[in-house]
Amino acid sequence: MNMTEMPTTAQNVKNMPQNTKISARDVQVYYGENHAIKDVNVEIEDRTVTAFIGPSGCGKSTFLRCLNRMNDTIDVCRVEGTIALDGEDIYDKKVDPVQLRAKVGMVFQKPNPFPKSIYDNIAYGPRIHGLAKNKAELDEIVEKSLRRGAIWDEVKDRLQAPGTGLSGGQQQRLCIARAVATEPEVLLMDEPCSALDPIATDQVEDLIDELRNQYSVVIVTHSMQQAARVSQKTAFFHLGNLVEYGETDQIFTNPKDPRTESYISGRIG
Amino acid sequence: MPVLWIVLIILALAVVGYIMGRQRALASAGGDSRKLHSLPSYYGSSVAIFTVVFSLLVLVCWLIIQPIVINNSVASTIPDTAIPEASSLGLVMSDVRRVANGLDLAVAGGAIPANEVSEISTEDTDLRGLLASVGVALGSDVSEPVLDAAQSYRNLSKTGNILMTVVVLAIAVGGFIFAFLRSHKDFRARNVVETSIRYLLILAASIAILTTIGIVLSLIFNTIDFFTLYPASDFFFGTTWSPSFGGGSQLGIIPLLWGTMYISIIALAVAVPIGLFAAVYLSEYASPKMRSFAKPLIEVLAGIPTIVYGLFALLTVGPLLLQVFGPNGTGWMGAASSVMTAGLVMGIMLIPFVSSLSDDIINAVPQAMRDGALGLGATKSETVKQVVLPAALPGIVGAILLAASRAIGETMIVVLGAGAAARLSLNPFEAMTTVTAKIVSQLTGDADFSSPEALVAFSLGMTLFVITLALNVLALYIVRKYREQYE
Repeated sequence: MNMTEMPTTAQNVKNMPQNTKISARDVQVYYGENHAIKDVNVEIEDRTVTAFIGPSGCGKSTFLRCLNRMNDTIDVCRVEGTIALDGEDIYDKKVDPVQLRAKVGMVFQKPNPFPKSIYDNIAYGPRIHGLAKNKAELDEIVEKSLRRGAIWDEVKDRLQAPGTGLSGGQQQRLCIARAVATEPEVLLMDEPCSALDPIATDQVEDLIDELRNQYSVVIVTHSMQQAARVSQKTAFFHLGNLVEYGETDQIFTNPKDPRTESYISGRIG
Repeated sequence: MPVLWIVLIILALAVVGYIMGRQRALASAGGDSRKLHSLPSYYGSSVAIFTVVFSLLVLVCWLIIQPIVINNSVASTIPDTAIPEASSLGLVMSDVRRVANGLDLAVAGGAIPANEVSEISTEDTDLRGLLASVGVALGSDVSEPVLDAAQSYRNLSKTGNILMTVVVLAIAVGGFIFAFLRSHKDFRARNVVETSIRYLLILAASIAILTTIGIVLSLIFNTIDFFTLYPASDFFFGTTWSPSFGGGSQLGIIPLLWGTMYISIIALAVAVPIGLFAAVYLSEYASPKMRSFAKPLIEVLAGIPTIVYGLFALLTVGPLLLQVFGPNGTGWMGAASSVMTAGLVMGIMLIPFVSSLSDDIINAVPQAMRDGALGLGATKSETVKQVVLPAALPGIVGAILLAASRAIGETMIVVLGAGAAARLSLNPFEAMTTVTAKIVSQLTGDADFSSPEALVAFSLGMTLFVITLALNVLALYIVRKYREQYE
């Protein structure tokens, strides 16, 4: 292991600075007294799938939630350092977290459709952001989003049925479609497949691959196979530190840090 | 032997049984509790249970049945001639019981020597004066047949009590021995104890249900009595309420129902928005510190006795409204008592019902729902309006209907705040009255309990019961229906 080759992050920034979507600098997160995230520096690229891997409790979900300020809803959580979206600090006082979240959508670990009809679930975001001028446009957005969520064919005949009546995999695709409907620039996914069976997982992964054409996707996953399948970039977190960040192929075939190697070969984690 | 002593003896026996049963079981296993089927305490408990349960059951039944049996057998010995004009067997029997009781007290107090009490006769003793001296007041002088009956009542009670003591203690000892002999290491004592606990739980549940059934039955029978004296159609469709105890009353329920509904609607119009907004603030916006401080304070409202609310209505809210809407103001209001007065105060009383229940229900909405909405860029208020409240709606409707049941059944605030005039009017500043307030006034007078004017209270109560029952059923139906859709 050659330690001089370690700063992969810096190299990546140099290689494609024009393509950076989100840039995090010296991010620290505290839950009360607990220092959950330590000195994380990462550049997330546009139109790329970035995977965060690491053992449970390593801070990957916490860091993901920093990217759209979802941690604001937790009282004891404190974030330091800078996170910039398109060069603008999202923790700046001028930034409205609500508008930020419209740009940086999020899909959660457990499918959480609203207790509304399938149609209203998808139309919720466009409605609150005023994306549709009339009913016909809204219908169009709903259909487009459901098609992109790869669920249109299954639900097109029952758009008024409650979203909670769908199966787990369908619910998760509905939630992805719901997030896509607000036309975000970045889509954050927190273990989107952990509650799904392999077939539904496969469908969601295909979907993620498609979403890459338009969005920057950040996915937290416990499955290293999944990270290898869907992502182009991979970041390995351990005990609140970003241990290694680089091309997925390189991380999985030729990890530079011994901890990464131990994790992906199954010795720790 | 006094009942208290019997109970104490049984309990002492049970304690001894517990210790002995436990030891016998342990001894049968050679002192190694691992060889027992159950833990040692189960063997002890099973002996205690067998000692206590059956004997106390018999004791209770005996205490209920014995007076009835004695009463009947003594009553049959009283000749018809001994019953005075304008009296009845029941009244004479209550005299008999009182004399018997008085003689017991006199003996206990030393006013009559115990061996002479059976020789007392009405001729040579002033029995009335004697009994009055030990605190038993009689309406008239004691007649010979009454004294005879009282003597035989005493004798029968005495025999009965001795018999009861013997039987009950025998059962306790029998149960003790039976269970004690069973305490062997292979005996499944835990199963026995757990079965008896199950029966205890069933008993507790059935007492609640049987009481309800009893109340409903008594309401139904009295209501039927009432309808034989007063036509049901006049009761349900009559628009005049003017009871007069001399006869010729008009007992139409409609003005009373209207008053009840009107006051309840005003109360809900006050309580639902305020309670709901308070609940949303507490559960969604308030900091944990604020919440832990404010929620108990709001719940204090629920602990205030309704009579205090009634005073508040009578002394504060009524006069205040009168200043604004009375003769010196807009002139809509004649007196401090009005539908508005009672409705406003009742609304304040209902706020904690709505807010506390709704707050719990809103808190039960999973955080994932809020995260989902916030993650789409919804503001807090959009999240609450469009996601959290719809998800909590069934529970909130349930809370509101519960508050409505309370409003319909509320009495004291209405008695003090709304006036006593049964009136069909749309003006909320006029005095009206409700079903509950009229039940009070019909039963607190000197009315004969067999007159329609008194019996109407039961049919009013029955009507209220049916209405609140229907509301509760509706609440359950709504909650179930939406729950299917949402979960």
